[in-house]
Amino acid sequence: MTAPEGRHPADAAVAEAAAEAYARIVAALIRITGDWTLAEDCAQEALAQALSRWPESGVPGNPGGWLMTVARNRALDQIRRASVERRKLRELALLALTAATDGPVAEEDVVDDRLRLIFTCCHPALAMEARVALTLRTICAVPTRDVARAFLVSESAMTRRLTRAKTKIADARIPYRVPSGAALAERLPGVLAVLYLLFTTGYDADGEPAFAAEAIRLARLLAGLMPGEGEPRALLALFLLQHSRRDARRDADGELVPLDRQDRTRWDRAAIAEANGLLRDLRHTGPYVLQARIAACHAAGDADWRTVARLYDRLAALQPNPVVELNRAVAHGYAHGPRAGLAVLAGARAGGALDGYPLALAAEADLTARAGDRARAAGLFREAAARTHSEAERRALLERAAEESRRTEATS
Amino acid sequence: MKPNEESVMKYMMFVCTDTEPDTDTADYPDIDVWVAERDAAGQRLQGMALAPETAATTVRVRDGELLVSDGPFTETKEIIVGFDLLECADLDEAIEVARAHPMARSGRLEIRPVADFEQ
Repeated sequence: MTAPEGRHPADAAVAEAAAEAYARIVAALIRITGDWTLAEDCAQEALAQALSRWPESGVPGNPGGWLMTVARNRALDQIRRASVERRKLRELALLALTAATDGPVAEEDVVDDRLRLIFTCCHPALAMEARVALTLRTICAVPTRDVARAFLVSESAMTRRLTRAKTKIADARIPYRVPSGAALAERLPGVLAVLYLLFTTGYDADGEPAFAAEAIRLARLLAGLMPGEGEPRALLALFLLQHSRRDARRDADGELVPLDRQDRTRWDRAAIAEANGLLRDLRHTGPYVLQARIAACHAAGDADWRTVARLYDRLAALQPNPVVELNRAVAHGYAHGPRAGLAVLAGARAGGALDGYPLALAAEADLTARAGDRARAAGLFREAAARTHSEAERRALLERAAEESRRTEATS
Repeated sequence: MKPNEESVMKYMMFVCTDTEPDTDTADYPDIDVWVAERDAAGQRLQGMALAPETAATTVRVRDGELLVSDGPFTETKEIIVGFDLLECADLDEAIEVARAHPMARSGRLEIRPVADFEQ
C-alpha cells in the first residue's frame, strides 16, 4: 500500500480494515456473548489499539483478523472478570482460530453473523427510528452524536433510545436469527424499508447525503449475503442510481435542481453502469425492482416515457398508494399526452388522499398547462406554491404561475 | 441474552378488543382449536376469558385510605377481555402463537415478557 507523503499509511489501513471488519466483529461477538454493549465496546477498543500501535509496528498482513483477535481477547478478559459461563469462553477461544485461518467454513459462519445482526437490528418489534439508529450505530459504527444529529435529538436522548432498544432485545428475547421460509418473505421488506429510510435520512436531515454511502454499503452487503433474492439487489441499484445524481441535485446556491434541468455531465456514470449491470438479468419482480427500473430509465438521459408509464402501472398494481398513483399520472402525461395524465390523476384523487398535497397540485397544473388551459394552470401553480413548505419550491412554482399568466395574455 | 437451546421464556399475552377489527372476510380461526393446539405444543400454560368490564372494580390505597371505584382503571376503548400465559423460545415464536389467535384479527394482542428477577 502506498500512502501520500506526510500521512501515515496506518491511518488509512485502520479506516479500511474498520469498514471491512467492524460489522463482522460486532456480529460475531453478539452471537457468542449475547451482549450488545460488550460487543461494541470490544470492537471499538480494537480500533483504538490499531490506531495507536500500527504506526510503530506496521500494518499487519491481515488487518481484519488482527482486529478480530484483539476484540475477542478483550471480550475474553471482560467475561473472565465477570467469571461466568464456560460455553462463552470456549466459543470465544474458537473465534480466534477462525480469525487467524480465514478458512471457507469459518467465513460462512461469519457471513451468517452479519446477516443475523441486520435482521435483529431491523426487527419489527422495535420502533422504526430505533431500527435505523441501531443499524447505523451497531453495523456501520456511526458515532452516536452523528446518529443523534440526523434524527434532530440530543446525543443523550439518542443514547437512551439505543439503550432502550438493546434492553428490549434482551428482555423480550428478540432472536438473533435470520428467519427462513415464509417468515423471511414477510420480514425482508421490513429490513429493506429500514435501509431505504437510512438512505433518505441523510438527505432529509440537512440536504446532504450523510448516510447515503452507509446505506449503499449495507445494501451491497445484504445483496451479497442474499444472492437468491432480487429485492436487495434492486434496492442497491436504486440507491446507486439516486446517489449518482448527488453532485447535480443542487446548484451553486444550494437550491434543488429538477431532474430535467440537471447537468448530466455531473452524474456519476460508474454508479449508473453498476446499477444497470445489477438490473440486467434480474428476473424477479418486486416493488424495488420496478422502482429501480424506473430510476434506470431516468438515468439513461431522455427517459422512454412509455416504458416508465408501464412500469408505474405494474408498481401501482403491486403497491397501490397515492404517491405512486401521482407519479403514474405524470408518466402517462408524458407518454400518452396531458389528457391521459389528467385522467389517471382524477382517478388517484377520488379517494381524497392527495387533497392539498402540493406535488399533486403542481402535477395537475403542469398537465393542465400542456393541455392548453393556461389560465387555470396559473391558478393551480399559485395554489401549489401556497401549500408547499419549501422556499425554493415556492419560488419555482410562482415563476411557473407567472409564466403561464404571461402566455395567457399573449394569446388573448 | 443468547438463549441456550433448552431455555424458554414466559410471556403474558393480554387479549384486548380493538376499535378497528380486520375487514378480511376469511373465516376466523377457531379459539378451541387454538387452545388445544397450543396446550399440546406446550406453548400455553394457562389462560382465561374475563367477565365484561362492567364487572370490573378498581382498588387503591392512598394515605392509608382505601379507595374503591367502579370500572377499569383507565378510560380506554380497548378493553382487556382475557389473557394467556405463554412459554416460548423467543419473541418470534410468541408472535407466531399470537398471530394464530382469532382475537389478533377482531382485536389486538399485547405480548409482554414476564419479568425475571433472578437474572
